[in-house]
Amino acid sequence: MSELIIKNGYVFDPISGLKGDKADISVKDGKIVDKVSNKAEVIDAAGKTVMAGGVDIHCHVAGPKVNLGREMRPEDKFFRGEYRGGILKQGKRMEMGFSIPSTWKTGYAYARMGYTFTNEAAMPPLLAPHVHEEFRDTPILDQAAMPVFGNNWFCFEYIKNKELENNAAYIAWLLNATKGIGIKVVNPGGTEAWAWGENCTTINDPVPYFDITPAEIVKGLIEANEYLGLPHSVHIHGNNLGNPGNYKDTIDTLKLAEGTKAKNKFGREQVLHNTHLQFHSYKGTSWADFESGAKEVMDYVNSNKNITVDIGQVTLDETTTMTADGPFEYHLNQLNHIKWANVDVELETGSGIVPYIYDKNIKVCGIQWAIGLEIGLYAKDLMRVHITTDHPNAGPFTRYPRVIKWLMSQKAREATLDTMKWKDKVIAASNIASMDRELGLYDIAMMTRAGPAKALGLSSIYSLTKGADANIAIYNLDANKLPSDPELIEAAFQNTAYTLKEGVVVVKDGQIVAEPPKYTLWTKVNMPENAQVMHDIKEKFSRNYTVNLENYAVFDEHVHNARAIELDVA
Amino acid sequence: MPKVIENVGCPYCGCSCDDVRVTVSDDGKDILEVENVCAIGTEIFKHGCSKDRIKLPRMRQPDGSMKDISYEEAIDWTARHLLKAKKPLMYGFGSTNCEGQAAAARVMEIAGGMLDNCATICHGPSFLAIFDNGYPTCTLGEVKNRADVIVYWGSNPAHAHPRHMSRYSIFPRGFFTGKGQKKRTVIVIDPRFTDTANVADYHLQIKQGHDYELFNAFRMVIQGHGNDLPDEVAGVKKEQILEVAEIMKNARFGTVFFGMGLTHSDGRNHNIDIAISLTRDLNKVSKWTIMAMRGHYNITGPGVVWSWTFGFPYCLDLTKQNHAHMNPGETSSVDMAMRDEVDMFINIGTDAGAHFPIPAVKHLKKHPWVTIDPSINMASEISDLHIPVCICGVDVGGIVYRMDNVPIQFRKVIEPPEGVMDDETLLNKIADRMEELKAKGEA
Amino acid sequence: METVTMTLTSQPELFLECYNVTPDQFAGKSLAEIAALPAHEGKIQWKLGDFFKFDGKAGETAADTKIVVNGDVRRMKRFGQKMSAGEIVINNDTDMYIGGWMTGGKITVKGNADSFLGIAMEGGEILIEGDAQNHVGSAYRGDWRGMSGGLIRVKGKAGNDIGTAMTGGTIIIEGDAFIHVLTHAEGGTVIIKGDVEGRVGGQMVKGDAYIFGNILYPLPGFKKIATVEKEVDGATYTFDQFIGDLGERKTKKKGEIIYGNIYLKK
Repeated sequence: MSELIIKNGYVFDPISGLKGDKADISVKDGKIVDKVSNKAEVIDAAGKTVMAGGVDIHCHVAGPKVNLGREMRPEDKFFRGEYRGGILKQGKRMEMGFSIPSTWKTGYAYARMGYTFTNEAAMPPLLAPHVHEEFRDTPILDQAAMPVFGNNWFCFEYIKNKELENNAAYIAWLLNATKGIGIKVVNPGGTEAWAWGENCTTINDPVPYFDITPAEIVKGLIEANEYLGLPHSVHIHGNNLGNPGNYKDTIDTLKLAEGTKAKNKFGREQVLHNTHLQFHSYKGTSWADFESGAKEVMDYVNSNKNITVDIGQVTLDETTTMTADGPFEYHLNQLNHIKWANVDVELETGSGIVPYIYDKNIKVCGIQWAIGLEIGLYAKDLMRVHITTDHPNAGPFTRYPRVIKWLMSQKAREATLDTMKWKDKVIAASNIASMDRELGLYDIAMMTRAGPAKALGLSSIYSLTKGADANIAIYNLDANKLPSDPELIEAAFQNTAYTLKEGVVVVKDGQIVAEPPKYTLWTKVNMPENAQVMHDIKEKFSRNYTVNLENYAVFDEHVHNARAIELDVA
Repeated sequence: MPKVIENVGCPYCGCSCDDVRVTVSDDGKDILEVENVCAIGTEIFKHGCSKDRIKLPRMRQPDGSMKDISYEEAIDWTARHLLKAKKPLMYGFGSTNCEGQAAAARVMEIAGGMLDNCATICHGPSFLAIFDNGYPTCTLGEVKNRADVIVYWGSNPAHAHPRHMSRYSIFPRGFFTGKGQKKRTVIVIDPRFTDTANVADYHLQIKQGHDYELFNAFRMVIQGHGNDLPDEVAGVKKEQILEVAEIMKNARFGTVFFGMGLTHSDGRNHNIDIAISLTRDLNKVSKWTIMAMRGHYNITGPGVVWSWTFGFPYCLDLTKQNHAHMNPGETSSVDMAMRDEVDMFINIGTDAGAHFPIPAVKHLKKHPWVTIDPSINMASEISDLHIPVCICGVDVGGIVYRMDNVPIQFRKVIEPPEGVMDDETLLNKIADRMEELKAKGEA
Repeated sequence: METVTMTLTSQPELFLECYNVTPDQFAGKSLAEIAALPAHEGKIQWKLGDFFKFDGKAGETAADTKIVVNGDVRRMKRFGQKMSAGEIVINNDTDMYIGGWMTGGKITVKGNADSFLGIAMEGGEILIEGDAQNHVGSAYRGDWRGMSGGLIRVKGKAGNDIGTAMTGGTIIIEGDAFIHVLTHAEGGTVIIKGDVEGRVGGQMVKGDAYIFGNILYPLPGFKKIATVEKEVDGATYTFDQFIGDLGERKTKKKGEIIYGNIYLKK
């Protein structure tokens, strides 16, 4: 029996309503408890900020696409250690890579920032064993992955034929087969169209040969998600990402959730999570008259409570874009001509990868940077607006502390604006310069742990409420005397004073000190077997797949330390 | 009662077929029958239950003979020599599961050495091309379900990947390809009239070593400069280039499968690099993908595993122990062996004795040489130490990566010979032993 | 300018990585401090002083420091890596990565250099009196930003991959070269005074190649447009001008398409 108490910290836990009050957090056997005996080990957090472990709702950290990105970019590793303030070996294994870190660096770097959970944003079902192999080799972090459904032939058929129960049964079967957590949708219909070199750029473009539209796909998946009552909602990257004028398509997509209420036992309130909203909030008709559409999109988000979003903040780095949105990556490569990888996956999805430099001296990059921050600053309910960089698409996750700095400090935003070559044009095409809102630590706690945990239906695990896992971040920040130099805020969020994983100190003074076990979270739907769906699955495997059905579902021995979130469907 | 095991993966080529049926004896020790598999695959399963399997490590004696030793002794000897060497090299992994490859990464990180796989003498140039130009590819099911134009360039699946054409490319009937071969156009580009060329609609008999020029010519046509072509490029007539380019442009979905004909002729990586450029160009007017015909059933594996571990797929220099370096030409096994740049060699799951140039083998032979392999081969016979292991796909399961990077979960079909370890267990024990020795200050 | 002379006293068993032998590292240090700088042989970290004896004196700044390397350093790589100023003279053959990633200063090798000479060089000057191997002034694996500035002159011959992904600067090979010159280049100049086997300018977006000898196998992607007179390396010659690679994408400047050029001496 191990006991531990964190004393005298300023505790921010929106789930349990702690708003920076001085409080003690007690831990027993890896869980948060009300109190511990006087033999408990004491961590003195006086003058420090205490939060639950960070929860990343959307990042690309493991799996085939991430790894092909690592493979095709040796230059992302070369000399980066010494050139970019890299870390020498701290944990059991070396840490490599900047924009697409190795699995080992991923685990260590998140832990140093006080994060203990990541949600891998796009798992191609056929390639699920690969994702799970990488989870095994990612230390410390609890992880989950969302299989992609938005271009899946089974779902197309069931939705087109209005077979809700069959669609739901298939989704439940696939979550089980891939050990996935929830439903991800990427460019619905558009990635299937890309298998013929085409795309769906609005929600009403028909998908070639399938007699269905993106709007129908998204509605059908929302309906199935709520029928099942999954912990997370449908998690969407909509059509027409990254193009000027797409804010209208984004609002069209968000409207598909209108009239639907969340139905689940996990405390989740939204039915649609729109990821990396920055990439979907563009006005203008071309890159020449490109401008921010954050206001329009956020007005809609603010007034519709059944929607959550994450930002996808551009960090102004050289990074690697990667998405299941195959056509987008091809078009991006036509713009920057660097190198392009693409992987179309039979019956299910596709993906593309292109290195990208968000250069502060390019006007469009500056405006993209402004749009992300505007989304955070326009938000009325920060439980519904989460910090991400769509790692590594808009920048590496290791820049979260910098994003937090920008959101907390107008001075920091101005300093960055001042470094831009086209500062005036960026200001003219956005509202960032006129926004004086500065977020506080409670806001940041909502955006980086409480909000994402709630949206994922995991707040009973990832918070400081009684019975939750004792995953805790302690930052060197005095909540009563925040430093006037915003760089110190970034530094504090970059390296915690302590990070605890299930009550074990894994980071102390910014150094990895332990690597305890971690979990793979997945959603187990208990429901009667659906004979029609099993028949359909068998048929598709014998006719169209190139892998046998019996070898498709991830074998139990290849799932690392599985932890099922269970639910029953009659 | 003999037992039938279905959905078994085949431990031979990069097709990694997973539909093999194996009938094993009552005691689970013998393989009686193998179905759905090519002739070469059959042989590998049969070897698995051979009575001649080596069951104990063998150490070279001063008189040159080999003597059986315990696994413990072999592990200790290997660990000590790895720690002592300034720049040990572990090379191979043509027939090792991913779990073993991950354990090997741990061993060489602790040892501070070089780690490389058979791609270095095979599809390494493909990696170099992917580094420089990306990789627009797909899974094999996309080819089966959609492709109406197939190009085999410098590859001969009829011999090297026996079931490739029937399972994935030319013959299968897929979702949008219900007529199978009848509606597919097959183009073979090869200096020889191979058995694959024999089933092709077009065979371009290219002059050996001049693939780059022919790719350049195709790109000219795609960019609208077909008229500027000379009458003949790389031994292929202009009219034929224009005709085939037209077929490529009009494809609904095309795939280029390339093999060692490109990786092993002058220019190497550049031949693949420009093939990737051509594939990218074709996506302006059609839909095209490209794929390396990877040789062994899990030779894709080490590239995948080490990319997530270190960020590089092969030719790893881990000597600095806190960061990895890679630069083929410097850190590639054959180059290092030719330059006499390493001072210990571990040959695992391959046969460097047979595949490396003789001067390279001579340099390596001056230093401690360990072979980790289920079988006796040329490498094992010149080793100082030979450690037998299980055969992945026969007596141990695990994950392997097919040539299209699709992970296939392999099954164990028979029991390994008593006491024989799998690669993962053995390598982790070597790593543990090194950590122990380091902790004790013996290293 | 002050000079430090380093003379080989013992050979490494394998190869030694001399990444610290630069005017930048030596400047402002005493000979004892210089001798204590690390160098790697595989995983073993030695001191430079374990292999060299040092004489002379380092300058206060890199620009004020010259290093003379004596002895058989064929098994030593990475001299002058990342140097920004000053001078290095190597009085013998040497190994890989000479002047890699260098931004300024001058390196002279009195013998041959191996591969990756001047890789990703940004500025400065390298003179090789003998031959070079492969990848002269090319990019690091995967990088689209190759040599961007400076001058590399090889008096002898060179192998394959000269100026791959080059974006600026000049490479002069006074002897023959094998294959792949300016592949993937987006700028820069390569002058080959001997013959080339082939593949000059493949996948080139932009850049200039001057070939004084023959190209045995010219690429189909280049088209002759003119005969021109050009001053190259201090003398004027007549060349046939070819533009290309017509198979590769092209950029435009003020509405005009910019081509890569091969100038083949008549």
